[in-house]
Amino acid sequence: MTNYFKLIAFGAITLCALIAANFARDAAYMINALTIALAAFAAFIWTLRQTDDSRVMPDLSGEYLDGVVRAGVIATCFWGVVGFLAGTYIAFQLAFPGLNFDWAEGYANFGRLRPLHTSAVIFAFGGNALIATSFYVVQRTSAARLWGGNLGWFVFWGYQLVIVLAATGYLLGATQSKEYAEPEWVADLWLTIVWLAYLAVFIGTLAKRKEPHIYVANWFYLSFIITVAMLHVFNNLSVPVSIFGSKSVQVFSGVQDAMVQWWYGHNAVGFFLTAGFLGMMYYFVPKQAERPVYSYKLSIIHFWALIFLYIWAGPHHLHYTALPDWATTLGMVFSIVLWMPSWGGMINGLMTLSGAWDKLRTDPIMRMMVISVGFYGMSTFEGPMMSIRAVNSLSHYTDWTIGHVHSGALGWNGMITFGALYFLVPKLWSRERLYSLSLVSWHFWLATIGIILYASAMWVTGIMEGLMWREVDANGFLVNSFADTVAAKLPMYVVRATGGVLYLSGALIMCYNLFMTVKRSPAIADVNSAVPAE
Amino acid sequence: METYSLLRQFADSWMLLLLFGFFIGVIIWVFRPGSTKSYEDPAGIPFRHEDKPAPVKPAARRAKEM
Repeated sequence: MTNYFKLIAFGAITLCALIAANFARDAAYMINALTIALAAFAAFIWTLRQTDDSRVMPDLSGEYLDGVVRAGVIATCFWGVVGFLAGTYIAFQLAFPGLNFDWAEGYANFGRLRPLHTSAVIFAFGGNALIATSFYVVQRTSAARLWGGNLGWFVFWGYQLVIVLAATGYLLGATQSKEYAEPEWVADLWLTIVWLAYLAVFIGTLAKRKEPHIYVANWFYLSFIITVAMLHVFNNLSVPVSIFGSKSVQVFSGVQDAMVQWWYGHNAVGFFLTAGFLGMMYYFVPKQAERPVYSYKLSIIHFWALIFLYIWAGPHHLHYTALPDWATTLGMVFSIVLWMPSWGGMINGLMTLSGAWDKLRTDPIMRMMVISVGFYGMSTFEGPMMSIRAVNSLSHYTDWTIGHVHSGALGWNGMITFGALYFLVPKLWSRERLYSLSLVSWHFWLATIGIILYASAMWVTGIMEGLMWREVDANGFLVNSFADTVAAKLPMYVVRATGGVLYLSGALIMCYNLFMTVKRSPAIADVNSAVPAE
Repeated sequence: METYSLLRQFADSWMLLLLFGFFIGVIIWVFRPGSTKSYEDPAGIPFRHEDKPAPVKPAARRAKEM
């Protein structure tokens, strides 16, 4: 019966989206409307094929819902490669501007591809990894099947739609010019719906858990989901210029808008890229090391300290701006205090291996997780340092910031995700083991050397650039023009792009390895069991 | 008093005290006597129920095991 209502709803959405496409005021909006129409029509056909099906659904409460996790793993690999490829390409565009081809001007020049890269790696690669692993972890640690039936699938496909809407919008020029929050109002509204469904699935599963205690990884995942919902809603308060156009106007203006944006921006780092991925760390590191987390007490303190401090750190992005000094000082102080929980968490992750350090020699997946936690420690040391006003006066607006972001993203987020994927694929597809461990080692070294090339090139060029900008002669005149710094950066830009090529090749090797694991590795007997009918 | 000053004053005093007090409370709670033992069980959660959910009536089974 509900299927009839679904059919009416999907049909109506398809029709409305087609009407909107017809009245569209700009290309980005038209493509978005057509995408929505296509998605709604596909959902219509799928629902139609299920309708009036007389098969009785078996009782599935005796097994985990892993299909959506498998889909999430595939999506993570796919978007990862897309995001790394886009990043490598724009790195070459910076080194060799000729790659901004005339025929692609306005679609594939640096300015259009750059948000595509950042959103693809953070939200498409990282987001899919977070959704997939959180669904996997919350089921295992709650000893309960995912709540909400197919709502988990709605979250998965809805999130893919957000990504496609955002990406096509960027290429066609729809952006609200807020870093990491570029998508315009259509994609923003849809993401809000999908995210609330995600929250419902997660809390629903926790609510029906069979374990009396909520495992610490779930605390991190839950804080990530709730905080991102809050950040997303407040930073995207805007009024569309027209219901048939992609452009919208922000509700906040001036320095308030800047503060809200960096409250969002830094907590996107703090809760999306840190809290969520710490949830991964607290599950997959103990699993791979086959021993419980070093100190459960420390993990609780880590959690509360992290969420109490991170939320205030945003103003350090606005040193020397119209934002009052007391606010930037507050942001700076909280960033520095963050050193402690971050390092507490890093120590907790690393020390989980105490007594099992030999695994580092034999298990390349463990190595990947350990280097990831190491990069977490390194970038959470570098970040607070860069938030100090005096250091920031040198580092801000230079490539040092980009280097810092990438040692965090490639090192910490990327490596822990790769480790989790290598752990998950044999489990999810019931394989005895991975296809090849030596390919994992290849991936490990390519990625590590890639990050080192990237980060060191950006340190050199960033500090050089900062020093060149502030250099004055005896009469107080600036010595260098902006173009001088650009010319001086070329060698480092080539090194950075090379690092990107290595990192991308590592990811391609991983995709091949995971694909062959599913295709070729020996299968083990299916572990899920149906609940017997009584 | 305008809204800004009012909220600012509240944030600087009572709310700050409340949040700080909560945080200190969490730390004291974590180090309460006997906590080390009580955290041993939660730390082992990832190593149970790897393959399938717990059976429907865990309370009864748990009681029997103990």
